[in-house]
Amino acid sequence: MNAGRTTDALLYLDGVSVSFDGFKALNQLALLIAPGEMRAIVGPNGAGKTTMMDVITGKTRPDTGDVLFDGGRHDLTRLDEATIAELGIGRKFQKPTVFESHTVEDNLRLALKAPRSVFPTLAARRTAEEKARLDELFATVKLDAQRRTQAGGLSHGQKQWLEIGMLLAQDPALLLVDEPVAGMTDAETFETAELLKRINRTHSVVVVEHDMAFVRELGVKVTVLHEGSVLAEGTIDQVSADQRVVEVYLGR
Amino acid sequence: MIVQRLAGRLGLSELAFVAIVAGLAVLVPLANLTMPEGSLLHVSNASVVLFGKWMCYALLALSLDLVWGYCGILSLGHGAFFALGGYAMGMYLMRTIGTRGVYGNALLPDFMVFLNWKELPFTWYFFDWFGYAALMVMLVPGILAFVLGWFAFRSRVTGVYLSIITQAVTYALQLAFFRNDMGFGGNNGLTDFKDILGFQVQAQSTRAALFALSALALLGGFAAAKAIVSSKLGLVLVAIRDAETRTRFIGYRVEHYKLFVFVVSAVMAGIAGALYVPQVGIINPSEFSPANSIEAVIWVAVGGRGTLVGAALGAVLVNAAKTWLTAALPTLWLFVLGALFILVTLFLPRGIVGTFGAKFLGRRGTK
Amino acid sequence: MPSPSGGIRPMPELKRLLPRFIAPLLVLAALVLGPAPGALAQSVGDTLAKFATDRFPDTARGVEEIARSGHPTALEIVEALGENRLAYSQADRSVYVIGKDDQVRSAETGAPVADIAPNQLRRVRINNPVRSAIAAALGALRLNSADPVQRRAAAEAIMQAHDADQAPALEAALGREKDARVATAISQALAALRIVDTKQPESVRLAAIDTLAERGDREALVMLRNVPAEAPAAIRQRAERAAAAVERRLSILGGVQNVFFGLSLGSVLLLAAIGLAITFGVMGIINMAHGEMVMLGAYTTFAVQEFLRTSAPGLFDWSLLFALPLAFLVAGGVGIGIERTIIRFLYGRPLETLLATWGVSLALQQAVRTIFGSSNREVGNPAFMTGSFDLFGISLTWSRMWIVVFTIAVFAFLLFVIRYTDYGLRMRAVVQNRAMAGSVGIRTNWIDALTFGLGSGIAGIAGVALSQIDNVSPNLGQGYIIDSFMVVVFGGVGSLWGTLVAALTLGIANKLLEPLAGAVLGKILILVFIILFIQKRPRGLFAQKGRTAES
Repeated sequence: MNAGRTTDALLYLDGVSVSFDGFKALNQLALLIAPGEMRAIVGPNGAGKTTMMDVITGKTRPDTGDVLFDGGRHDLTRLDEATIAELGIGRKFQKPTVFESHTVEDNLRLALKAPRSVFPTLAARRTAEEKARLDELFATVKLDAQRRTQAGGLSHGQKQWLEIGMLLAQDPALLLVDEPVAGMTDAETFETAELLKRINRTHSVVVVEHDMAFVRELGVKVTVLHEGSVLAEGTIDQVSADQRVVEVYLGR
Repeated sequence: MIVQRLAGRLGLSELAFVAIVAGLAVLVPLANLTMPEGSLLHVSNASVVLFGKWMCYALLALSLDLVWGYCGILSLGHGAFFALGGYAMGMYLMRTIGTRGVYGNALLPDFMVFLNWKELPFTWYFFDWFGYAALMVMLVPGILAFVLGWFAFRSRVTGVYLSIITQAVTYALQLAFFRNDMGFGGNNGLTDFKDILGFQVQAQSTRAALFALSALALLGGFAAAKAIVSSKLGLVLVAIRDAETRTRFIGYRVEHYKLFVFVVSAVMAGIAGALYVPQVGIINPSEFSPANSIEAVIWVAVGGRGTLVGAALGAVLVNAAKTWLTAALPTLWLFVLGALFILVTLFLPRGIVGTFGAKFLGRRGTK
Repeated sequence: MPSPSGGIRPMPELKRLLPRFIAPLLVLAALVLGPAPGALAQSVGDTLAKFATDRFPDTARGVEEIARSGHPTALEIVEALGENRLAYSQADRSVYVIGKDDQVRSAETGAPVADIAPNQLRRVRINNPVRSAIAAALGALRLNSADPVQRRAAAEAIMQAHDADQAPALEAALGREKDARVATAISQALAALRIVDTKQPESVRLAAIDTLAERGDREALVMLRNVPAEAPAAIRQRAERAAAAVERRLSILGGVQNVFFGLSLGSVLLLAAIGLAITFGVMGIINMAHGEMVMLGAYTTFAVQEFLRTSAPGLFDWSLLFALPLAFLVAGGVGIGIERTIIRFLYGRPLETLLATWGVSLALQQAVRTIFGSSNREVGNPAFMTGSFDLFGISLTWSRMWIVVFTIAVFAFLLFVIRYTDYGLRMRAVVQNRAMAGSVGIRTNWIDALTFGLGSGIAGIAGVALSQIDNVSPNLGQGYIIDSFMVVVFGGVGSLWGTLVAALTLGIANKLLEPLAGAVLGKILILVFIILFIQKRPRGLFAQKGRTAES
């Protein structure tokens, strides 16, 4: 891969390997995400999708390899989760995790872009600007009616949206979304696809998903992972036609 | 203005709490000093000391609730901060004894003379000055909490591991303070105090004043804790408690928040210990005993963690029961305490206030 | 790490019986010259009569004479006198030896006398001069004993008493001695005397130095240091060099000894922690009542011994054998009870489990206090656990030794159960994937209860062992709980081998630090070290790596 191209990419992974007790979760993984791009990542269980997210967000340190962000300006392997989040990478977990004992509004308020260190947070006040941002977010994720509800009381789909809302509140350059439609009804799945497309107008997005119908719905470039490295890349139709992909994933 | 901001957020049970503690701060000393003995309204000297102790325990419970109830850090070593604050105060009280000790040495406390020491250890320098001692009451627990927290939180030691470490710390401190050559009175600790800021420690009026101060310290501690938990930082603390990883991925440096609240809490516990020592008249290494720290945890659990008022209430209730039972049925007390631990965790996980008084708590009384 | 006071019992010091008084030379002279049985035989009766006068000077003289006589029962008589077992009949003044079994024997012939009971006789009284005479006579008599063990002990005693007057006796004995080990002991005793004997030629004294250097123990070091400053330069230098060599050897031995003590402490720690390694390490349950399971095991031992004392005293030496299964059942049963009634409602809430089990521990302590009282209970050591033995000059107590062996056995048993039994397979399945294990028909809640019971039961049998070296009181468990957690956390949660390594490491480190920093400070240093270590490696020495499944 040409080193010169790295400067263009928003996210650049090359030669990334991670092993746990001899098991190679990632094996020489290479991946490029361009600014403004939406990418779907598919792969069977154990293909390394979650580990890849862990590496990008600083939760797991790779044994070898480069993980660069924002045109090569930041080496993510040297930074911790909080710093990476502040740089502009937001992550949505596979299992929706919101702050259950906080209200929906407080969940979003915590995620809003603002100084993250201790003392400014202690002194933080509610401002009109903050309220405007919140209103905007509530409009996007359609949870206005649940504003004062404790997040623990939301339905599964609502929690997924709240979490996406929290991602948006951070206003990250790149969103990592892990299986956003798991456990959703068809209607919710469709709406989520629409929501992600809307988000993609202003943010780069990486979606990890099992649901092929959903990936088709997104209509974006697809990367197939297998045993910790990239097996195929292309449109959904191209990868579906790939014999190796059919063997390891679609044809099981 | 801060008062106003706070008052606006107080719920019914919190207002009641503030009113009761403030009322006690005034009424107990009055009833003790002005009412004649035998009068129905008279509060005996022994009761003043007992209530004063409870106020200190309540403050300790409050500090524990701040870290455990709101941030999920179950410290099994908060007794260490309490004891360190107590020792700092005890050292001031020892230095002020001066020539009135058994050996009449102007510089060295009795136990040092007894051990045949010639010089005051440097750790005891300046403790004859109250201002310095008061500073140490807060600094020493604060610094220990900072160092411990710095290492532990940065290495992401959480949950039971952290609990076990804090317990080991207080245990190690207990062993250390047992040693004579640590220079803190060894086994016997510090005692035989004479006066504090020129007032006789044993005097009725001093005790009444110390009670009032303890009640005020409890109020102050409550105000500080309430200000913290109802700020945006309080939101972050609860977020850490409920979903630490998520909080980190949103961009908060979890370890800094934990460190902040841990240090604040340790300082509060230190102040509680400092007020406790002149009232009970002694501080010794048994205050570091791990069992003490765990007992404080059950106060918080009984009252209701994450409610602040509940913690204070729990401390008073459990200690009132202890005072009554250890006098009436001494063998029963440990069974009751043991049962309390079991029953509260099984059947009343949110404690008294959390279960019955939640709707009377102000904003962010949590859960 | 158990508290130093609790861990080590004052061991009965080897009694150094032989006093340093100057012994009557006469006795020795007679012995050196060798007995002349024929000439003296008829006077034994007169000699024995001296014991029946009830006057101390006569008794002392009697000791000297009988020792000189070479009479076959001489040793028996003198020993009996020293132990207050020599008696005489007030009627006919004949002297008898009363056996340790109360059997009365004639002093002269050693033949049992059937018709006299001990209470019909008067014991021969002794005072300090008599005692010195006895001591001197015994030294010499035993040197002539038929039993090589006795002869060797006598030589050692003379050496320790540093009794210069015995030199001729030693020389004579050395000439007669056939047993190589006894000969070595005698020549060492002789060397100890010769090394300071200015009348000896230089070559003999130099040889004596070499003999002592070969012996190389603390005793020898003292003797080598005893060489006076005014001794000839050659002797002084040789003695200094020898002393330095002995010192080096001793310090190495000291290190080895500390390592053994460390291993012993480590196995105590392992014993206490190993049950925790199962409940905490494998199941993730924080059982603060773990120490009380140990305590229950110790009290079970106490109860078993009480029962045997009253109903079958002959079985006392087997008491631990009965206590082991009982303690396992008692502690295991209580453990299963706790799991079924409390812990199973708290799975996945470790902090709550911690608090609830702390409550259990308080209640158990108070229950034991109510039933057995709060003071220490005496648990006896069976014969095989009593006393000590020497290994390469290191004195080891049997109780510690057996605990090391026992710990290894328990560890091996546990490994076997987990690896090779059907139950172990099911347990590992539940630990790895509870839902999957349940769906293939494993009754997961039974496995939970059994595993908790196993961990508690192991703690119970640890209590049996610890009752042998620690005070049995309601607080027994409290002393072990923090240490046990430290061991498990240090070793790495979930790793039995990690627990083993951690326990032994901490035990040895503790004992190596003790001489440098003192017991308490050493322990504090270890705690601080572990606290720092956990910060560095939160998952312990033998961490199990893997993708975390959390959020």
